[in-house]
Amino acid sequence: MGRTFGRVDKWSAFWSSVIREIDKLGMGSIVIVSIISVFIGAVISIQLAVQIDSPLIPKFTIGFGTRDTVILEFSSTVIGLILAGKVGSNIGSEIGSMRVSEQIDALEIMGVNSANYLILPKIVAALIINPILTLMSMILGILGGYIACISSGLLDSDTFIFGAQYYFKPWHLYYSLIKSIVFAFIITSISCYKGYYVEGGSEEVGKASTKAVVNSSISILFWNLILTVLLLL
Amino acid sequence: MIEVKNANKHFGTNHVLKDINATFEDGKCNLIIGRSGSGKTVLMKCLVGLFTPETGEILYDGRDFAHATSAEKKKIRQDIGMVFQGGALFDSLNCEENIAFPLKMFTKMTRTEIKERVNYCMDRVNLVNANKLFPSEISGGMKKRVAIARAIALKPKYLFFDEPNSGLDPQTSIVIDELIIEITKEINATTIINTHDMNSVFEMGERIIYIFKGEKNWEGDFTQIAKSDNKELIDFIFASNLLKRVKDTF
Repeated sequence: MGRTFGRVDKWSAFWSSVIREIDKLGMGSIVIVSIISVFIGAVISIQLAVQIDSPLIPKFTIGFGTRDTVILEFSSTVIGLILAGKVGSNIGSEIGSMRVSEQIDALEIMGVNSANYLILPKIVAALIINPILTLMSMILGILGGYIACISSGLLDSDTFIFGAQYYFKPWHLYYSLIKSIVFAFIITSISCYKGYYVEGGSEEVGKASTKAVVNSSISILFWNLILTVLLLL
Repeated sequence: MIEVKNANKHFGTNHVLKDINATFEDGKCNLIIGRSGSGKTVLMKCLVGLFTPETGEILYDGRDFAHATSAEKKKIRQDIGMVFQGGALFDSLNCEENIAFPLKMFTKMTRTEIKERVNYCMDRVNLVNANKLFPSEISGGMKKRVAIARAIALKPKYLFFDEPNSGLDPQTSIVIDELIIEITKEINATTIINTHDMNSVFEMGERIIYIFKGEKNWEGDFTQIAKSDNKELIDFIFASNLLKRVKDTF
């Protein structure tokens, strides 16, 4: 950890690595995050509509419930778990392969701090791009809910929009973004650690990649609970 | 010149390097030979700082590398070029970028200067039209050449080669050996080669250290091998029937 956050050897190389990682980790996840957000948002709104059949509960609750479910939990935690699978395995196998093929040793022998050179740009990139992906997921999730309600005739447009804006607490948005930043750190640091300390061959790289996903996912669930207690109660 | 003094290294209860003393001279191809598991790779990793010996010293022209501060190690490392068994080229960079990597990291050269140096290094190892190819697109021999070009990019004083001929056909092996000899003489480098290849031993062995069960068992040059009465060395060098017959002939 100390070596990872040590002094950067060359800032120009560091920032170009960060940009490359943002492209790889972030841009490469836009499609999957978009698809999942739209569909899950749609399903959340339909499920809410089906369950709210009492005339005492106003219809706009569907828009309200969709918004809060997407913002509070789905966009940060579920997207975090999905990224743990996609990005975590990618990072674990990439760094693990570099370890077993002696590329990390080559960096060390050149005098490059390999932990800092390989891991820090990934962490910084994830810390930048994960909140952006989370925000995008929120917008698309609510949009998915809106499209599902309108197209299925469960709700009219004005009622959904009224519900989606009703009693909005900005803190919920900040809470979700804070979670996304913490999850970004968890995913990248655990995956990098698992890859960096691989010993053996390609089989061990595969195992490290799996461990990266499993450990990141469990940590996300654990820290989700801790952050919810700390920030919402 | 690189000197190793009383180096010891354990892995758990396994005593892998036992009080090794050796001197590797400038402008010469210094070979470390020995059976698999004898400790020669561990010795090389101690020399380049990937492992630290528990006792003893590794001196680079008098500078103690094993116990140096990280800043001192970093300085010495910029005088080191190493070619790994598999090349260890960075997969995400093409050949040109691989060679330019140490120049970009450790020099203040302009893009044009880097380009010129990269082209020189590629020419030096006889690499043609490979600038934009990625490591996955080139042969084993070409990978070794790119790795050598990357190793010499910073004009190192010390060159290390870990099994430079492994996985190469005999003809390509000879070409790589000749290249190593030429470059060593050209830049007057202290070159240390870890090898199993008997052709390399007789081709390049200006100074040879034979490691047996973690100990330095013999040292000399290739002309002294055949005259040696060291049983372990003779068994190792002349293990194949062909070499046994050659030895008997002379």
